[in-house]
Amino acid sequence: MSKRSGILALPLMLWLVWFLVMPIGFVLIYSLLQRGSYGEIIWTLTLDNYRRALDPLYFQIFVKSLLLTCLTTILCLALGLPLAYTIATAAKRWRPLLISLLMLPFLTNFIVRVYAIRLILGGEGPINAVLVASGLVSNPVIMTDSLFAVAVGMLANYLPFMTLPIYVVQEKMDFSLLEAAADLGARRLAVLTRVILPISMPGIMSGTVLVFVPVLGEYMIPDLLGGAKTMLLGNLITEQFLKVRDWPFGAALAMLLILVMLASFALQRLIGGNGGRLVHP
Amino acid sequence: MSIREENPRPRPHVTAYIVTVGAYALLLLPLLAVLFYSFMEPIVGAGATTWRLSLVWYDRLFHNDVIATTLVTSLQVASCATLVATFIGVAGAIALERGNFPGRRLLVTLTMVPLVMPELVMGLASLIWFSLQGLELGIPTLIMGHATFALAYVITIVRARLANFDGSLEEAAADLGATPWVVFRKITLPIIAPGVGAGAMMAFTLSFDDFLISFFTAGVDSDTLPMRLYSMIRFGLNREIYALSSMLILVTTLGIVVSYRLRRV
Repeated sequence: MSKRSGILALPLMLWLVWFLVMPIGFVLIYSLLQRGSYGEIIWTLTLDNYRRALDPLYFQIFVKSLLLTCLTTILCLALGLPLAYTIATAAKRWRPLLISLLMLPFLTNFIVRVYAIRLILGGEGPINAVLVASGLVSNPVIMTDSLFAVAVGMLANYLPFMTLPIYVVQEKMDFSLLEAAADLGARRLAVLTRVILPISMPGIMSGTVLVFVPVLGEYMIPDLLGGAKTMLLGNLITEQFLKVRDWPFGAALAMLLILVMLASFALQRLIGGNGGRLVHP
Repeated sequence: MSIREENPRPRPHVTAYIVTVGAYALLLLPLLAVLFYSFMEPIVGAGATTWRLSLVWYDRLFHNDVIATTLVTSLQVASCATLVATFIGVAGAIALERGNFPGRRLLVTLTMVPLVMPELVMGLASLIWFSLQGLELGIPTLIMGHATFALAYVITIVRARLANFDGSLEEAAADLGATPWVVFRKITLPIIAPGVGAGAMMAFTLSFDDFLISFFTAGVDSDTLPMRLYSMIRFGLNREIYALSSMLILVTTLGIVVSYRLRRV
């Protein structure tokens, strides 16, 4: 079996080399090339694209994206932990329904979800209908096209990615540990920080990576909710490819994204490896 | 699914309940709002706009030829990408799970890359690669782009299924003289069939829903349904969007209900 298996892997290997390794390899190569005045590629090696990416004009977009990504991740964690815990402790027959309700937006077309947030926050949306009807404001408050709307959109779209891995860990948790801790005199907060959190750590780590990496590279949410003024990393990169036609610079920015991704995985290895063992004996 | 006896679990703190209600509201209210507005037609009066129940947006949607064209493109791309991803993926999953050949570990890592790489990078990398070869962007490039990430999901799901069974059944059959093809048909395939089905469904859904990779790899006349939806939203308020979005939400909900029923049987 084992020798012949190598042949079965051949189509997979060829496909991945041709459609994954080569394309990503050329992102790296393109990031070191130059752009001609008509958007064509000039095949001379240079580090100019990286130098330009570190120019304050672009670097502040990178920093702003990174900060927004951190904020989104923290908010997802702050909501995801209690949410996962409530589902994990719910009666067994309710859990599949609660998970399905969590999955429903998660499985709905991504653009539809982002557009739905835009509707909720927009001038015609239900929030403004309530505000105007109650006389609190005379004209609708437009909350779209702002960094606030982008943050709400990120939170609403990525919350399930944080909640599900935490739920998977907590669902299998031995809940008698909580009783034992309480019997031994631990207060609620101590039970949370010294029993629940350490046990949930592997879920928290995978959730964090599942949120952090795609949020940093997000294009649709800033584009549809941020308006023309909000430029984030994903939009900047996309623009280089589809509008400005400066592919080498876009490739250099994409390399930054790949670097952050690799760093976050390395960090997960480093911390996640300890996750299960943080509980005191 | 059997309901086993389980020790009662502790009741969470009241703040956890409040957060849970808030989180579900954040997740579900926007979708409900879209459904609601898809049935409302504004009547611009003298003073204020009034609303009335109406099916006008659905009527316009069903008479929209562009939507129909992009729907056909999406279905074509998703079917072909699923087919490619399933064939290569199932063969690859068997090889990775049962085989031992040089480069196996590297191949395992490679199959994970599309799962973790931001979609944006996958899209622009494909664009660079296709244009370097002088390929004209269109349905074939869409299929190639989609099959690559769909492949990763098929392999992950089928491998998980295979890992639950050790290879002893296959070895026994081979010892008894079954040819590799017979072993595959009579033993391996029945074992992995649910995984293959789930993987193919996942591949189809992901391809059908994909926007960003299509955005980079589609040509002039090969817009997919999500791309069309995006440009409708991007270029002005068009209430057909509500009707189209509601239809997509409905399809997802039905899918969840069906899979929920199937699991309980």
